[in-house]
Amino acid sequence: MANVSVNVQEDVMAKAVKEGAIAGIIAFLMFLVFVGIETYQDINNQLVWRTRWGLLAVFVIVAAVGRFITVGFIKPHLDKRKLAKAKTGVLEISEEKSFFHKHFLKIALVFLLCYPFLAMMIFGRQGSLKYVDNFGIQILIYVMLAWGLNIVVGLAGLLDLGYVAFYAVGAYSYALLSSYFGFSFWLLLPMAGILAALWGVILGFPVLRLRGDYLAIVTLAFGEIIRLVLINWTDVTRGTFGVSGIAKASFFGIWSFDVGAANNFNKAWGLPSSSVYYKMFLFYIILALCMLTAYVTIRLRRMPIGRAWEALREDEIACRSLGINTVTTKLTAFATGAMFGGFAGSFFAARQGFVSPESFVFLESAVILAIVVLGGMGSLTGIAIAAVVMVGGTELLREMEFLKHIFGPDFTPELYRMLLFGLAMVIVMLFKPRGFVGTREPTAFLKTRKAVSGSFTKEGHG
Amino acid sequence: MAGEPLLKVQGVETFYGNIRALSGVDVDVNQGEIVSLIGANGAGKSTLMMTICGSPQAKNGQVIFDGEDITKLPTHLIARKRIAQSPEGRRIFPRMTVLENLQMGANLDNLKFFKEDVEKVFAMFPRLKERQSQRGGTLSGGEQQMLSIGRALMARPKLLLLDEPSLGLAPLIVKGIFEAIKKLNKEEGLTVFLVEQNAFAALKLSDRAYVMVNGRVTMSGSGKELLANPEVRAAYLEGGRH
Repeated sequence: MANVSVNVQEDVMAKAVKEGAIAGIIAFLMFLVFVGIETYQDINNQLVWRTRWGLLAVFVIVAAVGRFITVGFIKPHLDKRKLAKAKTGVLEISEEKSFFHKHFLKIALVFLLCYPFLAMMIFGRQGSLKYVDNFGIQILIYVMLAWGLNIVVGLAGLLDLGYVAFYAVGAYSYALLSSYFGFSFWLLLPMAGILAALWGVILGFPVLRLRGDYLAIVTLAFGEIIRLVLINWTDVTRGTFGVSGIAKASFFGIWSFDVGAANNFNKAWGLPSSSVYYKMFLFYIILALCMLTAYVTIRLRRMPIGRAWEALREDEIACRSLGINTVTTKLTAFATGAMFGGFAGSFFAARQGFVSPESFVFLESAVILAIVVLGGMGSLTGIAIAAVVMVGGTELLREMEFLKHIFGPDFTPELYRMLLFGLAMVIVMLFKPRGFVGTREPTAFLKTRKAVSGSFTKEGHG
Repeated sequence: MAGEPLLKVQGVETFYGNIRALSGVDVDVNQGEIVSLIGANGAGKSTLMMTICGSPQAKNGQVIFDGEDITKLPTHLIARKRIAQSPEGRRIFPRMTVLENLQMGANLDNLKFFKEDVEKVFAMFPRLKERQSQRGGTLSGGEQQMLSIGRALMARPKLLLLDEPSLGLAPLIVKGIFEAIKKLNKEEGLTVFLVEQNAFAALKLSDRAYVMVNGRVTMSGSGKELLANPEVRAAYLEGGRH
């Protein structure tokens, strides 16, 4: 018996070495031109090249060692665990959940409510700015956008590659209407949502007959059209210069966050003058907006329109034969999703104080969609986690100054954020092809709820 | 069964582009009947079914349901007239649970009768009750067919359209499903219009039947008559073309 297991062990090692070597060779061939050779302009403006054998070696070694460890250690370990589980006969779905798992949502919400104060306590007034603004607000904006897009993509199954257009509509609605007419944030927030929803319907009409790939292309074009209009309609939008000096949000009109104003919030409450209080206020606004999005999504899923969205994702013909008007169903999905994009956009404009078409490129749509897909389409929790990981991850990259000691002073870690995205995509799709949270909470029950594991169903076609 | 038929199809012609799929079809379905439509592949049976539902719409002729012309209505409005359909290929919602699938059927009444009707469907198909929180896509073919019929029944239909309920199912399951249809008709007085390739089972079940060839109705009569008819026997029952 012992002999056999030793043999197995050796086999695994031999296989791991072999696969590691192959991975190294593939990495060498792949990166030879891309990493091994660098082109640059010399003093005479000529394009010349030099080799970077050191960096190439790093890439190759990482690939080879990574594959070696995966095949040699991680995979046997996982297999063993699976085998042990199969032996005890415990299905993953019936596993007893831990306390943390059970109350995850409540814990997360409490944490979010305390987050700005925690950050201030730990990092001091100025030090916490980064954590409240760059991490907190930035992540929550993406959570909200992804939840908004989730209504269109995750629930209604309409692949929208131009979602950032609605974000842009919301942002410019606030920026332009507040700077031309001086309307306040609280008036323009719902207005931006309504305008974005209107554009959602405008986009919805021509694409009613389209599905899948064709729909994706048209929405992609729509996103670009909005951006190009913003660039070229210079009389109104000031083109690529963007709109600056956008008014800050006020504390419901009672206190202002403008430094010079008589009813300045900090003065009124006897707080030292610092922008951190404004950021904290913004944090709570976006948190409330996120909660609103989640609440509406959860409520809608239990209402006829939400059920119709999900049914539409599954089978359009069956929907019609059950008396569902697919035209209005699709349009409301587009409009609702767009509305939340518009809210997020106007918040974004108020927070930045500056908007330009630069912020609304296709890449943003792709990032938001990637978050939705990674999180598991339709799952609010999964999407929120994906947003934290992806957006928080890219923000963290900015902090990784120490990497400069390894890769040299020219190394800028944030340039690798797309690499991080790609890596996360590949890993999640390999191990959890339906996203972080592949389960879908059913909305109809007779007696008790039971989540249905995604792994039990075949791939959908939506 | 006096008076106007519940469903009256009059001289209906349907085209797919330039191709004529139905050329002047007349079919009547009376209140409380089971009527079946048999024929070979490509005869236009499913096209007639789809035409009644308005997708595609008939180019010429009329479809009259309950005294009302529904020829040019969009599909979802036709469905709201209480014509429920269990479409070809079942078309259940694969990622939604059995219960949610049934719920989709009950949307017309805004779930007013949901609990009551679910119990009825579960009584008819106990297998669905066992699998109520399972996803539609994980059911077997027969169970999916039951779900498809159950979902159609949730709409409290006046007319139930069934397109090939026996397709791809084991004979024993087909028998069960046909018995369920018979029971519905007997006990609830449900009117059923059935498209079937399985001519023998369909004719045995039906009060009346139509035979369709190349987009035309070539024969009609009671189920028993057609079962005895030598032409029908040769073409559809004893080997014949399929």
